[in-house]
Amino acid sequence: MFSYTIRRLLMLIPVLFGMTFIVFFMIRAIPGDPAQVILGQLATEEAINNLRAELGLDQPWFTQYFEYLKQLLTLDLGESLRTRTAVSEEIWPYMAATFELSFVALLIAVVVGVNAGIISAWFQKSWFDYTAMVVALVGVSMPIFWLGLMEQWIFSVQLDWLPPSKRENVKNPVETITHFYLIDSLIQGRMDQFVDVVKHLIMPGIALATIPMAIIARITRSSMLEVLRSDYIRTARAKGQKMFWVVYKHSLKNAVIPVLTVIGLQTGLLLGGAILTETIFSWPGIGRYIYNAIEYRDYPVIQSGILIVATIFVLINLIVDLLYAFIDPRIKYN
Amino acid sequence: MSESSVLQVNGLKTSFFMDKTEVPAVDHVDFDLKQGEIIAIVGESGCGKSVTSLSIMGLVPHPPGKVVGGEVFFNDEDLLKVSESKMRDIRGNEIAMIFQEPMTSLNPLFTIGNQITEAILIHRKWSKKQAKAKAIEYLKLVGLPRAEALMNEYPHQLSGGMRQRVMIAMAMVCEPKVLIADEPTTALDVTIQSQILALMKRLNQKLNTSIILITHDLGVVSEICERVIVMYAGKIVEEADVKTIFEHPEHPYTKGLIQSVPDIRNKKERLYSIPGNVPIPGSIKKGCRFADRCEFVMDRCREKTPELISIEGDHKVRCFLHQESEEQN
Repeated sequence: MFSYTIRRLLMLIPVLFGMTFIVFFMIRAIPGDPAQVILGQLATEEAINNLRAELGLDQPWFTQYFEYLKQLLTLDLGESLRTRTAVSEEIWPYMAATFELSFVALLIAVVVGVNAGIISAWFQKSWFDYTAMVVALVGVSMPIFWLGLMEQWIFSVQLDWLPPSKRENVKNPVETITHFYLIDSLIQGRMDQFVDVVKHLIMPGIALATIPMAIIARITRSSMLEVLRSDYIRTARAKGQKMFWVVYKHSLKNAVIPVLTVIGLQTGLLLGGAILTETIFSWPGIGRYIYNAIEYRDYPVIQSGILIVATIFVLINLIVDLLYAFIDPRIKYN
Repeated sequence: MSESSVLQVNGLKTSFFMDKTEVPAVDHVDFDLKQGEIIAIVGESGCGKSVTSLSIMGLVPHPPGKVVGGEVFFNDEDLLKVSESKMRDIRGNEIAMIFQEPMTSLNPLFTIGNQITEAILIHRKWSKKQAKAKAIEYLKLVGLPRAEALMNEYPHQLSGGMRQRVMIAMAMVCEPKVLIADEPTTALDVTIQSQILALMKRLNQKLNTSIILITHDLGVVSEICERVIVMYAGKIVEEADVKTIFEHPEHPYTKGLIQSVPDIRNKKERLYSIPGNVPIPGSIKKGCRFADRCEFVMDRCREKTPELISIEGDHKVRCFLHQESEEQN
């Protein structure tokens, strides 16, 4: 298991190397010039050329690429062209914002999705099953921007129950320590701020959770249906075990592996692909950070941001693979 | 051996509902099981043997299956009428069951120890330590070596024979009054088969557990059973003690089954087999269900269903051949 983990971590290197290569050349292939964006429409040719030389953008692409790789080898993620701060310094608050939102979304998706899947499987062909599966189908095909706007319109505009956007009440900001506002407000004992942060998390959390929740519900249902027919479930019932434990102990553990796979993949999508949700809810997360960087052709931020998201994605799926062996003793990694 | 019966099945009827049509899988089955007795329910696949046992346990897969009539008396209570929670107290505790497929009947993700102690802790308010000691005791009782180490192993690390022993240990650990064994040896090879049967016989003698053995293998029956019930297409066609069944089988179906047992001394002849197949449940609306495959079939067999009648002591047969002889006598 240990050597497998090491091998998988080593495999990260070529993957990330390939990532840097693709991202580096792709962002340079799209039209637009950072120097032009920074200096504006009215800048002179000379000023632009000077800035390009200063930023090293006048060098041939491959020279720039090798410079970038050399930087990365010293764990230097580069400096934002726009703000002139190190990416490694300014990226954390954005990552924390995304992690917090993704965590809440995943919590909703897993708790609701898994349980809906279980109940649907147990009461197969009941009204609950039909309703849940139709809702799941709608959920999978729901455009997130539309769902987000509807949430805002109903719960903020019409009912005025929840704040429409952002992470916190700007008039009463959380003093940041870890940049996870839930944690920060708790360790400072500011319950008012904690409640406020929770309120801000509900709508984007639900919007972000919708698609994973629907997928998880459907996968759980089909996986549970398979397991509930197996002989060992009959054995568990023949022992006189209660329905609850037959389902949540004997069945769920057997049904959970495909569900875990989906959760792993969806987590990656949540972390990287939450741009729509983050934009609608003005959520200062990593998706928006990279999106803004693309607008400004802020090459180092785009490259490093995507690299970090990719690393997290690979790591999460490694953890999922390791969990398989933890759940199923028949799975061995050698 | 006491003569009091522990389990009494009267007119049990279990049907499956497919597209709103009722297909009876078990049709008015009556039998009783005495304390410490081993009876066999014999028949080909699809005769309703397993459904009978699942009906007693209240484990008929529903939908589509449902017990639609009859009574199952155990401890002066009709198991078909008691609540689900009462039934859970009985399952595994007073009536336990082992299944045909030892390879798939144990949960692959939990240790043997976890699964056996679970069976104890559902029904006994014991500490985990007590339950563990009891589990080890029973693993030893069913003849498994290195019982302590086995507690921490997973089913996939065990052979089929060992898994079936674990299943038996798990079923017996609460010392049930009745053990239902649904084809416990079918999936095992022959040497293991006789070991498992010997084990069941030993447990029966040691703990005075009554056993219902469900099988299609008459060899198994002759080894350990005292009384045999032959089922065909959901109905009992013959019932007698084991000696009578083998020496004087009366129903043509029983005769056919006994003739189909290979005999090592009989090398020349081709092994007998009953022509045709078990009818699809519900396909025969009137007459004797065996009529189409019976070599002694008469006109009245296709018109009326014969009754199960006693021809000599406890020997009961459902066949017009014997009803006639009875009437003539």
